[in-house]
Amino acid sequence: MHADPAGVLTGTHFLDGDHACCEGCLAAGARFASGYPITPSTEVVERFAARIPTVGGVFIQMEDELAASIALQGAVWAGAKAFTVTSGPGFSLMMEHIGFAVMTETPCVFVDVQRGGPSTGLPTLPSQGDMMQCRWGSHGDYALIALCPNSPQECFDLTIKAFNLAERYRVPVMVMMDEVVGHMTEKVVIPSAEKIEVEPRRLTTKSPEEFKLYATGADLVPEMAHAGEGYRFHVTALTHDERGYPNMTPKVQQALVNRLKDKIERHADQIVELESAGCDGADVVVVSYGITSRIAQRAIDLARQKGLKVGKLRLITAWPFPAEQIRSLAAKVKAFVVPELNLGQMVLEVERAAAGQCKTVLVPHAGGSVHDPLDILQAIEEAIR
Amino acid sequence: MSAAQPVNACEVNPVEPFLRMDRMPHIWCPGCGIGTTVNCFARALVDSEVDLKHLVVVSGIGCTGRVAGYVNLDSFHTTHGRAIPFATGLKLANPKLNVVVYSGDGDLSAIGGNHLIHAARRNVDLKIICVNNLIYGMTGGQTAPTTPGHVITSTSPYGTFDTNFNLPHLMDAAGAVYVARWTVYHVRQLTRAIQEAFNRKGFSFIEIISPCPTLYQRRNRMGDGLGALKYYKQVSKIRNGAPTSEVGLSKVGEITVGTFVDRVRPDFIELMRASLHETLGGRYVDTLHMEETECQS
Repeated sequence: MHADPAGVLTGTHFLDGDHACCEGCLAAGARFASGYPITPSTEVVERFAARIPTVGGVFIQMEDELAASIALQGAVWAGAKAFTVTSGPGFSLMMEHIGFAVMTETPCVFVDVQRGGPSTGLPTLPSQGDMMQCRWGSHGDYALIALCPNSPQECFDLTIKAFNLAERYRVPVMVMMDEVVGHMTEKVVIPSAEKIEVEPRRLTTKSPEEFKLYATGADLVPEMAHAGEGYRFHVTALTHDERGYPNMTPKVQQALVNRLKDKIERHADQIVELESAGCDGADVVVVSYGITSRIAQRAIDLARQKGLKVGKLRLITAWPFPAEQIRSLAAKVKAFVVPELNLGQMVLEVERAAAGQCKTVLVPHAGGSVHDPLDILQAIEEAIR
Repeated sequence: MSAAQPVNACEVNPVEPFLRMDRMPHIWCPGCGIGTTVNCFARALVDSEVDLKHLVVVSGIGCTGRVAGYVNLDSFHTTHGRAIPFATGLKLANPKLNVVVYSGDGDLSAIGGNHLIHAARRNVDLKIICVNNLIYGMTGGQTAPTTPGHVITSTSPYGTFDTNFNLPHLMDAAGAVYVARWTVYHVRQLTRAIQEAFNRKGFSFIEIISPCPTLYQRRNRMGDGLGALKYYKQVSKIRNGAPTSEVGLSKVGEITVGTFVDRVRPDFIELMRASLHETLGGRYVDTLHMEETECQS
């Protein structure tokens, strides 16, 4: 279906990533946000608070991130599309409810505008230090989806995509921005509403008597119902059966946890989005994501000017990790060079997927600024030797 | 009211339509008071005009947190302490929902204490039913913020010594529009209090003093579940309108019960709508208008 025009600010704008993300939320149909202020993410909800009363919906500033990250899930079960926005320290507090959203299959979006850590770290400066936390930060086994915009335009586009994936797979989706992408201002083109595809909620058409809250078909994704429609369903984050009733047996646990993981991983080929260029015949491929991909592009251009065969692979989807694509590419290249604004997170996945077929070289950066492209160039030159 | 009334009251307990009978027996211990509170809740529904289709129960974690799983309504068993913010999201996204938060003293006032005071401050239209057994039951009898002094618990083996919360006083100060306390001995008064809360708009808080015979009464040589009821009868004193500062609980002192606060102030949604209508005028797209949401269903 198409976007509701009420939320679509069609036109060509000059926006920073945070504001573009907010417009993405509105275009995707989000009509509820619960937030708690934290730099460098606050501008997203500040804009939402200003915009939503004229679009139709609610913003509430909660008392902390624990509350913000669960209030939105209440709103989802009441019928809204909803999200929250935070940064490192707040993201740490939200882990509990990322798990709740996974376990109860609540479609929703978490935006993390990453800043330097650990702990209070660098409130106003960038990092990409939450990439493993977004995948593994809540306890237990699960899978979810994380997207990495590298421009304000993508903050708009990928936020819409995040809402669509959340509805399609009944899973929390992470939009992993960073301080630079959040605060850089560029041209953002917002199309007309009929050109924006929006995934509707997978509401059941079954009667209350027939409906089982967590029964699934071949795609492993259950249909949903909203509170107040007469279904009298029960939602629990305890291990539960198809009816949603607690059932804490190894058999039910095995079936549920495997389904939660499989419903994402089996659809990885439909979820994963990559950007690649010049990988055919390349000796080295630079694997990057988010803001770092733009620094990497400069290093790749410099290397090519020197006659080196260097390809680019950008992870637009970080999770599920595109292991198959990395594996097949690893058989054809000498090395992957992986610059990250952390001391080595996604590089571990690249190395795992490459499985020894080629070298994997990390270009680390503890955060606080972006890489010097010459550092990445140097790593490319050393890897190619 | 859409719930089927029993054809023959002799054969079917009138509260059964309100319970998920396919989930019985419940997990609560013999002598526990939580089942009594659920009975009062269900009886309050039997006699009231509450529209069951739009009634939602939200619980946190703990023994009382299991209530959501036993009521035959749309129900949510959320994370520990977070029932109130979840319920806030439900209410604001669909104001037509009648949202009850049914949870224990530890869930609501310890790990969830921040949410409790802020929801009362905002005056979100939620009905809070707080079963206070003065202890953590599910985890094995540890000290709660509500445990009075000189009580033996598994984490205070030599007796508690820090000051316990006076929950009605806390809720009064934070802005709740309706605050009452009863014990599980006072089943008729409690049923009526739940009905009164349904008839108030805004943040309502009912504290129910309830025994945990397995972990509180036994460890403190205070008898069994029946003994607790006799004790409640003996030491309770009805003082409607009592200043909430005077209703704190001690191990063996008076249990002051009654309706302590019953006042009118605009709730969160009313305040939000009034403010946005005033500042934005015709530009405000009001999705919280109750009549509008009623038309949709």
